[in-house]
Amino acid sequence: MAPRRGDSRADSRADLAATVGRPPAASAGTVVGRSLPRREGPAKLTGAARYTDDLIVPGAWFGFTLRSTEAHARLLGLELDPAFDWSRVVVVTAAEIPGENVVHLMADDQPALVADVIRHVAEPVALVAAADPATARAARDAIRLRTEPLPAILDPLASERAFARYEIGRGDVEAGLAAADLVVEGTYRVGYQEQLYLEPQAMIAVPGEDRGVTVHGSLQCPYYVHAALARALGLAGEQVVVIQEETGGGFGGKEEYPSMLAIHASLLALRAGRPVRIVYDRHEDVAATTKRHPAVVTHRTGVTRDGRLVAQDVDVVMDAGAYATLSPVVLSRGAIHAAGPYACPNVRIRARTMATNTPPNGAFRGFGAPQTEFAAETQVNRVAEALGVSPLELRRRWAYRPGDVTPTGQVLRESVGAGVVLERVAEAADYEPVRARTAEARMARATRPAGARTDRLDGRTAHGIGLALAWHGAGFTGAGERFLASVAGVERSADGQVLVYTDSTEIGQGARTVLSQLVAEALGVPAEAVEVAPGDTSVVPNSGPTVASRTTMVVGGLLIRAAERLRADVEARTGAPFATSYRTDAAQAGRVRFDEQFEGYPGIVWDDATHRGDAYPAYSWAAAVAEVDVDLDTGEVRVGSVVAADEIGRVVNPVLAAGQVEGGTLQAVGYATIEELQARDGRYLNDRLATYLVPTAVDAPRIEAILLEEPFAGAPHRAKGLGELPMDVGAPAVIDAIHDATGAWIAELPATPERVLAALEAREGRR
Amino acid sequence: MSETARVSLTLNGEPRTVEIGAGRTLLDTLRWELDLTGTKECCAAGECGACTVYLDGEAVNSCLVLAAEADGREVTTIEGLGSGGRLSRLQEAFLETGAIQCGFCIPGMVVAADALLRETPRPTLDEVLQGLSGNLCRCGGYTRICAAVLRAAGAADVTG
Ligand code: FES
Ligand code: FES
Repeated sequence: MAPRRGDSRADSRADLAATVGRPPAASAGTVVGRSLPRREGPAKLTGAARYTDDLIVPGAWFGFTLRSTEAHARLLGLELDPAFDWSRVVVVTAAEIPGENVVHLMADDQPALVADVIRHVAEPVALVAAADPATARAARDAIRLRTEPLPAILDPLASERAFARYEIGRGDVEAGLAAADLVVEGTYRVGYQEQLYLEPQAMIAVPGEDRGVTVHGSLQCPYYVHAALARALGLAGEQVVVIQEETGGGFGGKEEYPSMLAIHASLLALRAGRPVRIVYDRHEDVAATTKRHPAVVTHRTGVTRDGRLVAQDVDVVMDAGAYATLSPVVLSRGAIHAAGPYACPNVRIRARTMATNTPPNGAFRGFGAPQTEFAAETQVNRVAEALGVSPLELRRRWAYRPGDVTPTGQVLRESVGAGVVLERVAEAADYEPVRARTAEARMARATRPAGARTDRLDGRTAHGIGLALAWHGAGFTGAGERFLASVAGVERSADGQVLVYTDSTEIGQGARTVLSQLVAEALGVPAEAVEVAPGDTSVVPNSGPTVASRTTMVVGGLLIRAAERLRADVEARTGAPFATSYRTDAAQAGRVRFDEQFEGYPGIVWDDATHRGDAYPAYSWAAAVAEVDVDLDTGEVRVGSVVAADEIGRVVNPVLAAGQVEGGTLQAVGYATIEELQARDGRYLNDRLATYLVPTAVDAPRIEAILLEEPFAGAPHRAKGLGELPMDVGAPAVIDAIHDATGAWIAELPATPERVLAALEAREGRR
Repeated sequence: MSETARVSLTLNGEPRTVEIGAGRTLLDTLRWELDLTGTKECCAAGECGACTVYLDGEAVNSCLVLAAEADGREVTTIEGLGSGGRLSRLQEAFLETGAIQCGFCIPGMVVAADALLRETPRPTLDEVLQGLSGNLCRCGGYTRICAAVLRAAGAADVTG
C-alpha cells in the first residue's frame, strides 16, 4: 500500500464539541488542505443570497405547464374552453416551437412539448403564461386534451426496446463458474429515489433583442441549457445567454432537467414579448422531474472452498422511462462498477436500460453506481456468510490492489485506496469486536425458547453492524472528458484582481471555495485574493457540466495549470514573486488571461465501441460501517451510526469535504431505509413532501467522516472526485447491518418495515 | 382579483402596511409584497421549515399562516436577525462549523435554531435534534447544524 500523505478526521455527533470547526490535520499547503469558510456563506446566512425565485423582474409573467395524465396515448388535439377569456394569456403548443422540438442531450428523442404521441404521465403538452399565477392556472385548467389511449409498457423487464446495451468482461465466466466450489446467486431490486433538492426547479426567461433570450435559473450545467435553447429556439449561440443563480441543491436533478424548463420559459417569454418565470411547486417537481433509475441486478458469484473469487456473472436492467435522456451513460457507469472493487479473473457484466411509458429517469448523485454497488456489496456479504468468513476478511483478500485489472481491462496503477479505507473504517468503528458481540446476542436470541422471548422487553430489538466497500470513477466515463475538451481560465485584470473563469457551478458542494483555494495556492496568494466570475455563459467558458465528481479533479486541474502560466508570465515581467508583484504589474501590462483546455490524462486509453480500456482516469474509494437497531415486532430499522472512510487523492478543504461525506451518507441511509416512491399505472403515488419521506434531524444517524489521501499523479493537485462516492456505500452497509442483527437478507431497497418483517418471517419459516 | 385586506404589522422592527388578496399567506406576502426574499418556499405545506419566521416571538411556518393573522403583530424574518449588518453569534457558528451547503434550508433553520436557543439557552444534543426536526436539510447530515447550535449556546467552547 502506498504511504499515506496525511489524513483528516472530521467530527461525529458524540465528539462534535471537540472537533467541529477545528481544522483537521491535512496535507501541507498554505491554502489547500485548510478548512476555509464557504465563500457565499454569509449571504446564505442572512437571506441576501439570491436564488432564482428571489429575483425581482418587473413585468414578468407567470408560466405554467399543462401535462398529460396518461402513460401512452395519441394526442388528437387541444380544446380551449370558449368561455375563458384567452386575450389575457399566451398559450404555446408544439406547433409554435421555432426551432426543433427537442430537448437536446444525447439521443435527442425527447420533445419539449408533445406533438403527437404522449409517452408518459406528466409529460408537458402545452404552456400558458399570464400576468398573475391565478389567471395562468385557470387558463391551464381551461385546456382539455383530446387523446386516444395506446397500450402502455410499464415494466422494464417486459419492454423490448433498449436505449443501450453493454457487455463488459474478461476471462471465461462459464468455465470459472463450472470450476468453482460454490456458486452464490442473488437478485437485487432498487426503486426510484427523488433528489429532493430543497429549492424546486426554477427558471426565468427574459427576451432580448433580435429574438434572443437570457435565462436565469437554478441549474448545474449552464452550457447544457445553452445548447438546448439554441436548438429548440432555432437561435445562434450568441443569441442565448444562460445565467446560473444561487442554486438550492441539485444532486443531479438539475443536470438535464433545467434544459426543458429553460426552453419552456423561453418559448413563453418570446411569445409574450416579456419575461416569464416558471417555478415548480414541490408537487409538480416530484411528479414531473427525473428520478434515480429503478433497477434489477442479478449476480452469480463463483468461489473456491478456500475463499478465492473465481467468477462473477452480473446482469443489470435499468428502467429508463420514456426517453433516453442520460440513461445510456447512467447504465455505462452502473455497469462498469457492477462487479464491485474486487479482483476477479473471470467477469461478465451484461447491462441494458429499457424504455417504459414512465417519466424519464435521470442523473442523481452516483449515476447508476449506487444501484449496482448495492447489489454487488450485498452479494459479497452473502458470499462471506456462505463461506463462514468475516465480511472484512473477505474484502481484505479480494479488494483491488495496485496492479489489479478491472472488468474493462484497466490496470490500476496508482491511487488505489480500497485497502486503506477498509482498515481505517474497521478500526474507527471497532468493527470486529462489535460484530462478535452482535453474533453472541443473535445466538442467545435464537436459542432462547420461543415462549420466553416476549417476556424480555429488550429482547425484541436486535442490534447489528454492517460493512460495505465501494469505488467510484472520477470524471466522465471513457472518452467523455476528451470529447468535452473543457476550458477554464484565470485572469489578472487591469485593475489588479485575480479572477477565475469557469462555468462549474456552486450547488452547495463548495465549488466556489475549493476552486479559489486551488488557484490561490498555485499563485501563492491568499484565497481571499481570488474572485470567481459569475456563472454566465456570456462571461465564462464551457468547462463541462458540474457532474460526475469532476469539478475538483478535472476543472481544478485546468485552473491550476492556467494559474501557473499566469504566475510565470507575471514573474517573467516583474522578476518578483507573483504575490508581491501582480498588482503593480497590472498598471503596466493590463489585463492578462490564460485559458487551459483539457487534453487527456497521460496513458489513458478507451474504446467506446467495445467498452474496453481505462474507464476512468482515477477512482475514489469508500468504506462504511453502519450500526442499526431493528425492532423485531414492527420491522422498523433505526440507523444509529455510520462511520465512513473516503479516499479522494487530496483533501482540498476538509470541512467542506466532510460535509459532502455526511450529506451523501444521509442520502444513502434514506435510500436504504425510508425513501420510496411508489408508482401505479406510470404515475407516482406519493409525490409530495408529506408522503415522500427523507431523513430529518431525529432520523439521522451519528455520522463520522474519515478523509484519506492516496495521491493521484495525473492531476497537478493530486485530487480525485468526492461528490458521489458516499452515495455508493451507505445503503449496502445498512442492509448488511440489518442482516447482522436479524439473520435476514433484504434484497430490495428500501428496507421498509413491511419488507423487514417479510424477510424475518421467511427466515423463521425456513427454520 | 378577489377581495383585498389591509394588514398592518411590525416587520423586523419597522411598522409596515400592505394591501393583499384575502387568503394570501404570510410567506407570499413577505416574498411578493414586501420584497423580503430571504424566507424560502420549498413545500408550501408545512413539511420542511424553509419558510420559518418569528410571529410574536414564536417560530412558525409562514406558508401555513395567513397574512391576515399577522395583522397587529410582530414578524421577524431572517433579514431581521443579526444587527447592523453583522452576523449573530448563531450565524457565525453556522459559518464556522460548515453547517451551510446549498443554503436553501438555512434561513428557516437559523430562525428555528434561534427560537430553540431562546426557549432553551443550554440545550442538550437531543433537544437540538428534536427542536430542529421540523426543518429539513437535504445537503448535510445535520451534524454540523447541531454543532453550530451547541457552539452558539456556549456548550462547545472550541479553540481553533
Ligand atoms: S415551505 Fe413552509 S414548511 Fe415547507
Ligand atoms: S444546505 Fe442545502 S438543504 Fe440544507
